[in-house]
Amino acid sequence: MHELGIAQSIVEIAEKNARQQGAKRVLTVTVEVGVLAGVLPEALEFCFDACCRETLLEGSRLRIQQIPARARCRDCHQEYELKSFFDNCPACDSTVGDQLSGEELRIKEMEID
Amino acid sequence: MCIDCGCAGPDPHHHHDEPQLGKTVRIEEDLLAKNDRLAAGNRRLFDGHGLFVLNLVSSPGSGKTTILEKTLGDLKKKLAFAVLEGDQQTSNDADRIAATGVPSHQINTGAGCHLDAHMVGHGVEHLDLAGTDILMIENVGNLVCPASFDLGEDFKVSVLSVTEGEDKPLKYPQMFRASDVLLINKIDLLPHLRFDLEKCKEYARRIHPGIRILEISCYSGEGLEPWYQWLCEQVARKKAAQGK
Ligand SMILES: Nc1nc2c(ncn2[C@@H]2O[C@H](COP(=O)(O)OP(=O)(O)OP(=O)(O)O)[C@@H](O)[C@H]2O)c(=O)[nH]1
Ligand SMILES: [Mg+2]
Ligand SMILES: [Zn+2]
Repeated sequence: MHELGIAQSIVEIAEKNARQQGAKRVLTVTVEVGVLAGVLPEALEFCFDACCRETLLEGSRLRIQQIPARARCRDCHQEYELKSFFDNCPACDSTVGDQLSGEELRIKEMEID
Repeated sequence: MCIDCGCAGPDPHHHHDEPQLGKTVRIEEDLLAKNDRLAAGNRRLFDGHGLFVLNLVSSPGSGKTTILEKTLGDLKKKLAFAVLEGDQQTSNDADRIAATGVPSHQINTGAGCHLDAHMVGHGVEHLDLAGTDILMIENVGNLVCPASFDLGEDFKVSVLSVTEGEDKPLKYPQMFRASDVLLINKIDLLPHLRFDLEKCKEYARRIHPGIRILEISCYSGEGLEPWYQWLCEQVARKKAAQGK
């Protein structure tokens, strides 16, 4: 349940930025979460709602954009989607690939009023 | 499938098409940036003292505290240890460490399922780092969350006991990928179990090709010597690197 800590960071960062903008409240927050980042979207939403209470984010909505995990094979240079950290290259079955994406954990933007 | 968040179906708390009148502000900030910043601060502090730091991670009960007790008992004349104990509740583990006579401090994380760099930064304020060679941090028993949180350690050490099954590296890849060392503990129990040691090692190497794997038993003492040797080498290396 480290989603709680992540949710707290989202609220903290969004609130700081909202104050700088002189916002009355935050309507939505968009975050990017890689599918291999080890974060459960449902748990994150649940914690987010709890963390928003009594902040400028009260009643706001969390948009989670899931980022697929991709890798490039070191042997045949094919790019492929990773379902897990240890997938082999589908083209040549090589076990060595460089991961390109999938572990993002980033607050991207927000809508304020 | 909901394209905004990848959730499986219609769900009352999603209103993706609801019109919004707000102004959009781009932020682009990493959510672990704060922890990473604090961890970098801890690392500078530890490096300044030439202090070697390990972060012990495992599922509950795989033997982290027992490994510490045994290691401290056998090496405390040779190396100056300090221990930070992370647990959700109780000071049981810290009391066990205190009984060895080594300085320790307990961090209760409450609802938190992992230690973070902030807690560790304050935790070490209770310890005399200047007189210490090696700091052992026992993380909260949990194979998932501690993987994402850098504490400022030199290495993460995963402990996996043979009663947990050999497939754990595949089931919890983040943790084994983040760890430089894997201690396979409780090997005294192997005769009673169907634990495939070779498979376990193969799985761990599949996730993390360079991982150093040591097989140990705190009960029989088997395999502890290479672990101790590695600790002594690393302490010497760290001191040399910092000109201490
Ligand atoms: N058979 C056997 N049992 C062991 C060994 N090492 C530890 N144990 C036992 O495993 C149990 C759990 O050990 P702990 O050291 O408390 O485990 P832990 O990882 O610190 O547990 P948490 O802090 O609660 O996550 C205890 O009953 C230990 O005596 C070992 O090498 N062999
Ligand atoms: Mg313990
Ligand atoms: Zn290939």
